[in-house]
Amino acid sequence: MTTATTELLKTADGRPLREALAAAQARSKRKAFWLVFPLLIFVLLTFLIPIGYMLKRSVEHDGFSKSSPTLTAWFQANSDFDHMNPPEAAFAALVTDLAQMQATKNTGMAGTRINYTVPGTISLFKKGAREAGDMQPPFKAALLTLDHAWGAPELWYAMEAAASKWTTDFYQVATDRKLTETGWQRGDDKQRIYLYLFFKTFLVSGIITVICMLLAFPVAHLLAVLPMSKSSLLMILVLLPFWTSLLVRTTAWIALLQEQGIVNDALVWMGVLSDEGRLSMMYNMTGTIIAMTHVLLPFMILPLYSVMRVIPPSYARAARSLGATSWTTFRRIYLPQTLPGIAAGSLLVFILAVGYYITPALVGGAEGQLISNLISFHMSKSNWSLAAALAAMLLAAILVLYWIYDRLVGIDRLKLG
Amino acid sequence: MTQSSAQLGGKPSAGTAFVVFDHVQKSYDGVSLVVKDLNLAIGKGEFVTMLGPSGSGKTTCLMMLAGFETATHGEITLDGRPINQVPPHKRGIGMVFQNYALFPHMTVGENLSFPLEVRGMARDQREAKVKRALDMVQMGAFLNRRPAQLSGGQQQRIALARALVFDPALVLMDEPLGALDKQLREHMQFEIKHLHESLGITVVYVTHDQGEALTMSDRVAVFNDGRIQQLATPQDLYERPDNSFVAQFIGENNRLAGVIEDISGGRCLVRLATGEVIDATPVNVTTIGAKTVVSIRPERVEFKPEMMPAGVHTIDAEVLEFIYMGDLFRTRLRVAGSEDFVIKARNAQGQRVLVPGEKIKVGWHPQDARALDP
Repeated sequence: MTTATTELLKTADGRPLREALAAAQARSKRKAFWLVFPLLIFVLLTFLIPIGYMLKRSVEHDGFSKSSPTLTAWFQANSDFDHMNPPEAAFAALVTDLAQMQATKNTGMAGTRINYTVPGTISLFKKGAREAGDMQPPFKAALLTLDHAWGAPELWYAMEAAASKWTTDFYQVATDRKLTETGWQRGDDKQRIYLYLFFKTFLVSGIITVICMLLAFPVAHLLAVLPMSKSSLLMILVLLPFWTSLLVRTTAWIALLQEQGIVNDALVWMGVLSDEGRLSMMYNMTGTIIAMTHVLLPFMILPLYSVMRVIPPSYARAARSLGATSWTTFRRIYLPQTLPGIAAGSLLVFILAVGYYITPALVGGAEGQLISNLISFHMSKSNWSLAAALAAMLLAAILVLYWIYDRLVGIDRLKLG
Repeated sequence: MTQSSAQLGGKPSAGTAFVVFDHVQKSYDGVSLVVKDLNLAIGKGEFVTMLGPSGSGKTTCLMMLAGFETATHGEITLDGRPINQVPPHKRGIGMVFQNYALFPHMTVGENLSFPLEVRGMARDQREAKVKRALDMVQMGAFLNRRPAQLSGGQQQRIALARALVFDPALVLMDEPLGALDKQLREHMQFEIKHLHESLGITVVYVTHDQGEALTMSDRVAVFNDGRIQQLATPQDLYERPDNSFVAQFIGENNRLAGVIEDISGGRCLVRLATGEVIDATPVNVTTIGAKTVVSIRPERVEFKPEMMPAGVHTIDAEVLEFIYMGDLFRTRLRVAGSEDFVIKARNAQGQRVLVPGEKIKVGWHPQDARALDP
């Protein structure tokens, strides 16, 4: 009934009301759009496009498919061939392509692509390509004589997969699966580095988040209840790490925590430790946790503070007057009201910690490396696709966390300051 | 009348006093006193209001009674027991806060149940008590609502119910109606008064609204500058203020400055600066020649010659302004050089309307004019 009457409503000169309203607002909407337009372009160019490109790289690699048209055609025609014992035609196609690669100098790139899934194939390809031009049929015997590795089933699985530039191979590698004689298999437990590192990264991030929360809670409370003059001084101390270079701060931790560092020296001098029993707090997981907690602490304090600042002291007073002890008042009245701040701070710290790279790289040593350091390692080794696959998995994990958070806490309750 | 109100205005005897402030002083900074030598005895079942301008120390007194501030000096006793060292949660005092302080993360029912839970009461007993308290404030249907879903007046009722649900003998209220609009405030005044009467609880009420204080209280303590200026029944406070501050703070008031010319038999003559002589009742002036301020309520000033009390001095006045206020006519006069002398007349059938520029004579009963400290 209401909708019927609103649809009938018209302006004084007979235009439909809705149309008139849209026309009246169009100008301000256009203005608003142009205001956000530069930011939109910036975000598009520097964030969305690179991420999209990264995600594409994780499923695309044309190093092999580009230079192996004959073999690709053969794979398409014979999708059900026996990997354990490929026929002569397959070897013939391979030799044709190898000879072509030698001519166009693409052997390295093709070999590298296969090498990602079957290690040690670059030299195999280079040797094969050098000899391919002089080979006579039967090509199968010729290639196997040159190197019996050409008959390995995993190599044929790898080449079949690489014949298309679209592939899930990098995700297989990133989830610690291995190409074997029968195709992709769960890898050896000792060699499961990526999933283990993901697990470790999330565990360490969780530990850092909990430590940050325990340290930040009293500080934020103090900030919220102190008189303005004192709280602004304390706030400067909280923000000071933000104004100091990350490198300087991390280096300072090295000076403090290394075996010949200030903390160990002081403990030895006080007789708490013997000179041989110096604690190793640097270049291991302890160093990573301590330094990252320090770096990320303000991200916990600020959301907590912004929530605590607006909790009136009368709630605590009311609880006390109603007969609650100070502990009950804290547990039942104060803590529940700080939950949006705790949730926001934890989400922020956790997500930042999961993607942290520079601090673990500097103070983590071999033990204290996180998944980001491995992503960086693969990028430096030009294995962009594997780095992209790992990064995409990290992104997916964070989005899942964000979704869980939204379901549990509600994103509208997030208070970041 | 005078006798009975004097009794009410006085200190209840030590046997009946429920709350006693004994020479209480409070300082926050160690330099100045916020509360200076407070002595106050509140009887059981009494409704006492602490009234005063902001910064007069009234809220500090309430906070000391509730246990959120400690007295710098002196003793506060509750039912004969000194409570200076008793933490707030062991005092068993109900409190209604200015902004209600309803816990936003709990439902109405949980809010009311909270004081019972911390006292370790069994669940079924709690539910019965919560229900009874909610019914008492006519909010029984709102058990599962959140405070944010309630209007100001409804929140106020819940806050009241929460302060009463654990049956405290003493309830403190810190400007509980300050955030409500006028109509609702007047309605809630009546309801609080009604609850006080039916439950027999002792109420200490803090407000800066004198109308609220006069309507609701058995006795009112007027605070200024850290001291109680007057502790009396509403009627005494309005009609017989002890000093100029109280006279000025409660209600509207005309002030005429002068010098005592004669005192005899509970009457005095005051010569004003402009030479006129007026009649008054001496309150806290005793000597001839002392400076004084005579205070007269606007509604007690007579201006119709036929109604003038016999044998009183009258004084010339000139009408400056006439304001129609509906139920009242408010007229501003020039009297003895003062241009803000106001009289109020009821808008009755045949009431005389004064015209600006008109010359009249005004006078009053000597007991309505009180000669106070200058």
